[in-house]
Amino acid sequence: MTASLSISLLVNGERVDAIVLPRLNLADFLREHLKLTGTHVGCEHGVCGACTVRINGDIVRACLTLAAQSDGASVETIEGLSDSGEIADLQAAFRDRNALQCGFCTPGMLITAQDLLTQEAEPDRARIREHLSGNYCRCTGYHAIVDAVEATARRRRERMP
Amino acid sequence: MKASAFSYARANSIDNAIELLAAYGDGAKVLSGGQSLMPAMNLRLLAPQLIVDIGALAELRGITVGGGLMRVGALTRHCELLKSGAITVHAPLVAEAIAHVAHPAIRNRGTIGGSLAHADPAAELPACMVALNATIIVRSVAGERRIAAADFFKGIYETVLSPQDLLVAVEWATAPDNSAHYFDEFARRHGDYAIVGLAAQAVVENGRLIDFRPVLFSVGDRPQLIRAAASLVNVAVSPAQLSQALQALGEELDPPEDQAASASMRRHLAKVLLARCVSKLLNRPDLNAGGSV
Amino acid sequence: MSSPRANKTALSELDRPNSYIGKVVPRPNLDRLLQGRGLYVSDMELPRMAHVVFVRSPHAHAKIVAIDTSAAKRLSGVIAIVTGEELASVITPWVGVLSHLKGLKSAPQRAIAIGRVCWQGEAAAAVVAASRAIAEDAAEMVAVEYEPLEAVTDMRAALDPKTPVIHASLGDNLAFERVLDAGAVDAAFSGSDEIVEVEFVFGRHTGVTLEPRAVVADWNAAEARLMIYQGTQAPHMVQNIAALHLGLEEAQVRVVCKDVGGSFGIKVHIYADEMATYALAKLLRRPIKFVADRVESFNSDIHARDHRCRGRIGVKRDGTIMAFEIDDLTGIGPYSMYPRTSAIEANQVVNLVGGPYVTRNYRARARVVFQNKNVMCQYRAVGHPIACSVTEGLVDLAAAKIGMDPVEIRRRNLIADDAYPCASPSGLRFELLSHHAALNKLVKMMNYDQLRAEQAALRTRNIHRGIGIASFIEVTNPSAAFYGVGGAKISSQDGVAVRLDAQGSVICQTSITEQGQGSESLTAQIVGSVLGVAMSRVRVILGDTDQTPYGGGTWASRGAGIGGEAALQAAKILRKNILDVAAAILQSLPAELDIADDAIVNSTDGAPRIELRELARIVYFRPDTLPQGIQPELMATRHYVPREYPFAFTNGVQASWLELDTDTGFIKLLGHWVVEDCGTLINPQLVDEQIRGGVVQGLGAALFEKCIYDERGQLTNANMADYLVPMAGEMPDIDVGHVVSPTAESELGAKGAGEAGTAGAAAAVANAVNDALKPFGAIVTEIPLTPQIILSALGRI
Repeated sequence: MTASLSISLLVNGERVDAIVLPRLNLADFLREHLKLTGTHVGCEHGVCGACTVRINGDIVRACLTLAAQSDGASVETIEGLSDSGEIADLQAAFRDRNALQCGFCTPGMLITAQDLLTQEAEPDRARIREHLSGNYCRCTGYHAIVDAVEATARRRRERMP
Repeated sequence: MKASAFSYARANSIDNAIELLAAYGDGAKVLSGGQSLMPAMNLRLLAPQLIVDIGALAELRGITVGGGLMRVGALTRHCELLKSGAITVHAPLVAEAIAHVAHPAIRNRGTIGGSLAHADPAAELPACMVALNATIIVRSVAGERRIAAADFFKGIYETVLSPQDLLVAVEWATAPDNSAHYFDEFARRHGDYAIVGLAAQAVVENGRLIDFRPVLFSVGDRPQLIRAAASLVNVAVSPAQLSQALQALGEELDPPEDQAASASMRRHLAKVLLARCVSKLLNRPDLNAGGSV
Repeated sequence: MSSPRANKTALSELDRPNSYIGKVVPRPNLDRLLQGRGLYVSDMELPRMAHVVFVRSPHAHAKIVAIDTSAAKRLSGVIAIVTGEELASVITPWVGVLSHLKGLKSAPQRAIAIGRVCWQGEAAAAVVAASRAIAEDAAEMVAVEYEPLEAVTDMRAALDPKTPVIHASLGDNLAFERVLDAGAVDAAFSGSDEIVEVEFVFGRHTGVTLEPRAVVADWNAAEARLMIYQGTQAPHMVQNIAALHLGLEEAQVRVVCKDVGGSFGIKVHIYADEMATYALAKLLRRPIKFVADRVESFNSDIHARDHRCRGRIGVKRDGTIMAFEIDDLTGIGPYSMYPRTSAIEANQVVNLVGGPYVTRNYRARARVVFQNKNVMCQYRAVGHPIACSVTEGLVDLAAAKIGMDPVEIRRRNLIADDAYPCASPSGLRFELLSHHAALNKLVKMMNYDQLRAEQAALRTRNIHRGIGIASFIEVTNPSAAFYGVGGAKISSQDGVAVRLDAQGSVICQTSITEQGQGSESLTAQIVGSVLGVAMSRVRVILGDTDQTPYGGGTWASRGAGIGGEAALQAAKILRKNILDVAAAILQSLPAELDIADDAIVNSTDGAPRIELRELARIVYFRPDTLPQGIQPELMATRHYVPREYPFAFTNGVQASWLELDTDTGFIKLLGHWVVEDCGTLINPQLVDEQIRGGVVQGLGAALFEKCIYDERGQLTNANMADYLVPMAGEMPDIDVGHVVSPTAESELGAKGAGEAGTAGAAAAVANAVNDALKPFGAIVTEIPLTPQIILSALGRI
């Protein structure tokens, strides 16, 4: 009875119907079935944060989520957040500050940073570090990432009426 | 690191869930938040035949307060505990502890039921439940049971739950107005499992601890209510008394030796935590002078 | 940033209008990485691609008695299960030695072990299946009968006569030994007022690249050509080695790198499981994908820095350092890694200890021994962290012994800034360094005196903070002296081909590679500057042996200095060629013209004469309109190799400021400073970010990272919950400053900077911890500095 099941979900606003094995996790489903390879796999035990996506608006580890569990859910990946323009200013800040080098942690880092910025308008550096404390980066040493998130928070506040 | 093959069932009611558990016994595992289950399965440390996903069971959600009791459904996510006004007011110990649990993405999925059933000796919530004198409510095809938190945890990843049991809720008395709490843990990095931690619920009156339930975690195979703390209740605690209690604590503990810390290091850190806890609860900085440990 | 110190001609080509040299500009083509639209090898899919999972030894040392694959083979979706014997018909073994490392010996290593496994994690069989999950299912069903053998797991016992010799043919477990005796060391120690001797212990650690090692190998039998998609730093090296061991010509192998999710040296080596993947593709005639999972990565990515080093320093009361002496022992794996060898790290330690200082008296012994643990090889900064931690640790201990401030003792002993060129006692030739200028700048940046005052005030309140300083030298821009002289087919030169396309845009092909440090950007910045073209019109192609000049790639901090110079020279030639054509078209002289803002302009008043776009149109489509005899050449290639100095040394100094909780042993990093002199800065932001990333790897080494082996040779913390890497919550902000001493060897004057952060960070932290512990009389010379170690040193447990 390890039979496949059908699932139906939204991925980046698009309705997706698929037949999946129970053991297929959401990260592999996105990458292999939908070819959305922006969600990266770094550890498969929930520690590194490279696979972070949004499900029903909450950030989660796609490697610890079954595709089957996601039936009926709305999943957003880095591709979707990019195409909608939701994080364009954050991405620009990352680019200008060189808050990415190899880019492998970047999708998860951006989604997690955006999660913070939508909850708090004025996070200080310690708070930014705390919220990103579950996203591993080996290249940058984090300083530039904190700078970019802080700068984005400041610009968003300045744009508010 | 791909999990072994398994079958998947999404429970549509509590009865449905416990029937499946009864049928499969130890061949089934409950999928709640999945934040502990999935890593174990990806590492192939666990290979159940059937996963029973209880994620759709609305009856297992909800935080309610009434009649001096707080009831939290098993499927309540850590992030919900963190954001809950009721928890902040009536169980601030839990609110503080949750901030130490892993990271935001994990807290969005992990559940209180899952955490208690998983019974990691280094976890925060089991210790909080013991400190709060909570009752854990369990259902199976045989009916409902209520188990005191102090009796619930049996060992590393071991509780009184049988494979047929489903943890459905946790209940505890809401904190009285003169209650106080203390929570701290020593971890190498933010969100890591604690090397040693302390969750304490207390009632403080006129500079004395009237009620005191300090519970250590990550010092053994289960949360440990400190017996040595009894000598600090209903007395005006002096540095000498605290010193004696710390000494007794050292003798009471039998911590494991592992990569994170030696037994003597855990003993030492446990004493530091108790001293800091008492000092903070009683607002007595003199009790936390270095060297008392 | 201080003004450049020497070499007035060095910047002539670069002081052009709108030059990008020295500018902070965003790296081109970051959008694809920011949008999750990069293409990493782990993302790749090819038609008929199959997945390989390796059955790995659970034992540190064991005979393979039998392998039963019958049950596994029957699993639906399994394509093949291949043992070492079967693969040996397709791929030959290798030996990781270099002739210039005298006496280095190692045994032949196979892509898949035959008859015996020598470390826990070594592959004993390969399972190829339709998916990774099915391959893992089948791997569980492969029954390997092992006969465990005694394992060598303590480097201190590796050379005992009682300890088993891992490879009988080698006679003993000594891979390599080097001794050095310079000056008059014994006399120097006799003449010292104080002598300090301690043992430094370094935790073995590993790179933990976020994207694990990934290879897609595709053998097209009809074309007789092998495509290797791999995130390697050195594609031509991989091409050479794959061809050599698979019995192919290099022309039959193409290596393509794609985007790489972190490397730091981890992905510059030749791995048995990757060689097995190439061989399997050839054997099975279809694409084979190998992606190491995280547990595999811990067990099979190279480890590094497993050293125990006795260090001794002699000092006079006036602060004069009389002599350094070390005896270093390092335990590698059962094989010296191929082709760069596992002796380089120890060799570097011998070369680099004492490097920043004037003393001529230096004696060293380093021994490299085999163990039944994972293989070990070059990882970011290689031997520098060890050498720096030992040197700077000894200097601080000497200062403490004579009651001198750590900055003051360095002022009295660092090589003077006007003493160059000169050489170290170990024979390292320094062209131009700036130890004093860097130290002075550091002291100012961190407000040293104010921190000392703060430290003193807080101590009275039982709050313990420490300051640690670490000076260092850094190997960059290596010539053939590193590998080529030893017989390795690792190129020490690089080339850039640059051309103007039919629309007047520029295409560059470079043999250096990109792993996120900014190779693409530095190339575009240099070419854009020299040619007078906007960077947005410069496209850089790299990481493809079919599409770039032949070269070494990016490692040992050589990309900017060597690849950058090749880009500069090629662009110069192209510029000359463009101006020759322009002069012909405009009936002018080349000297009267220049290129700026994508157009030919008058060199006198900058007035535009003709757009490059138009010039290109004429050259490519209307050469009939050009004067007689003109043969335009809008493409140029130049290669560059350092010829004068075997290495372009850089220098720097770092400082750590931290607080230590004496009740718990926990350390909080409050600040970190780096002053680095790496010559011409092409893009200061990219350099600073390399330094920051490197520092944090060093901070990880100082406080967190250790591969914990038990006495049976089992790696017990092979996951990301138990192997502690630095995360954002514990890392400080890092302040970076520069001194600029360009190298005169190249016109660009750039030296390397990729590893400097890692070289000195752990030393600075260790010195800061010991500084904080001074009131307690405790000294710790072991990293990682865990709370347990601190509490033990304090006598609290």
